[in-house]
Amino acid sequence: MTGLGLVCALGNTVAECWRRLAAGESRIAPLRDPGSPPYKFQKGAEAWDFQPLEHFTEKELDMLERFAQLAVVAAREAVAQSGLKFQGELADKTAIVTGSSVGGQFAEEEGYKRLYKENSPRVGPLTIPRTMSNAGASRISLEFGIQGPAYTVSTACSSSNHALGQAFWMVRAGQVAAAIAGGSEAVFAEGLLRAWEAMRVVSPDVCRPFSADRKGLSLGEGGGMLVLENWDDARARGAEILGEIIGFGMSSDAHHITQPCVEGPAKAMRWALQDAGISPDQVGYINAHGTGTPTNDVIETEAIRCVFKKADALLVSSTKSMHGHTLGAAGAIEAIATVLALKHGLVPPTANFTTPDPACNLDIVPNEARPARFDIAVSNTFAFGGLNATLIMKAT
Amino acid sequence: MPEPPETDDLSARVIRVIAQTQRISAESISLDSTFEELKIDSLDGINIIFGLENEFGINIPDEGVQNMRSIRETVEGVRKLVQEKSEPVPPGAS
Repeated sequence: MTGLGLVCALGNTVAECWRRLAAGESRIAPLRDPGSPPYKFQKGAEAWDFQPLEHFTEKELDMLERFAQLAVVAAREAVAQSGLKFQGELADKTAIVTGSSVGGQFAEEEGYKRLYKENSPRVGPLTIPRTMSNAGASRISLEFGIQGPAYTVSTACSSSNHALGQAFWMVRAGQVAAAIAGGSEAVFAEGLLRAWEAMRVVSPDVCRPFSADRKGLSLGEGGGMLVLENWDDARARGAEILGEIIGFGMSSDAHHITQPCVEGPAKAMRWALQDAGISPDQVGYINAHGTGTPTNDVIETEAIRCVFKKADALLVSSTKSMHGHTLGAAGAIEAIATVLALKHGLVPPTANFTTPDPACNLDIVPNEARPARFDIAVSNTFAFGGLNATLIMKAT
Repeated sequence: MPEPPETDDLSARVIRVIAQTQRISAESISLDSTFEELKIDSLDGINIIFGLENEFGINIPDEGVQNMRSIRETVEGVRKLVQEKSEPVPPGAS
């Protein structure tokens, strides 16, 4: 990893977001639009400080949905840090893999309003290019002139972990020399919020992962992008290597469309460890999926205990307690939190924690970041549909 | 039938829609401007057609779009469709 880019509730840059992660500062707050009638949940983690016109012209914004804007802005920061110039052969040998759970919702909802509420048969002609889930990947390709493989993975809350894993494997296999990979999501569209409301998994308060009084997740929006490149190439050009992805594993539960089970996540973690060629004992920190729903956190605890025989020695935290559950962007944002934890020797906490839950009896680093030196960390995502993805990262 | 004036209310409305869609000033558009000069590509074109249909309450058929290759042709194409909309259908016409 030679470049990181991040926009979410915690800030507009990696540095801003890390400052808040390290401070244990949750940015889950009252929604700017409470809904009419009000949503059953009134808090979320919007990208509060993101101002689209600081990054794009009005004409560009006509074409770019918020989720794509977040992807592009994060990619710009990551590419700038990497120092890569996509010229000549590198333009052909660079991949773009993004994750998004739902793509562009705003144009789609606007179209439905015109159709079904205003009885107008005319839907905006930019609806298709705005809503397509690959809009962010395509714009990144256009902006940097990257002509290698570019695509978007949509696997709900695992989308960007799958994207990162695929990009990692492509770079490691030598299929490409570099990749821009991550994901983005913009969830605060009325119809989508009503759908989440109906699922009854969103906390009426803030999310409190692993806490006995947890009542569900808090929705968040954001974009996270990472520049991955071949180790030798990065060394040869003198780039600062921020961390290394060393393993990836993915599995499917084949169990239930929304109810998680222990074995699927355990397999993803086990296979990622195998892919990395390391033993469980070498891992020091797990950035948990940790949604804050009653079920997830218990299942994840059991899965971790199943794989890591010395789980009591692990530090486990859910940064969703600060930036919310950003769905298709979650894997990317949390991968960045994880690599920064490795780099700084500081584990961001599980914020909003009040009461231990015996069913979640791990060291979940409650409320305050903890200094800790370790070489290897894990980042988990488990999606609706039973799709699990685990990344393993190493300090450099 | 007398020739329509060089710029009239209808052409001003067409130019305004194009300006709003392209996020440029109406003053930068004249009847003689070409789409190339205004950097209007095919996707911009369908967005402009959408804006014109809404502005004038008309339906611009695909074959009509093909005849709108410049601002002047667009204005005349819209003028024709607006006139057709306002004219009563002659008896016996199918």
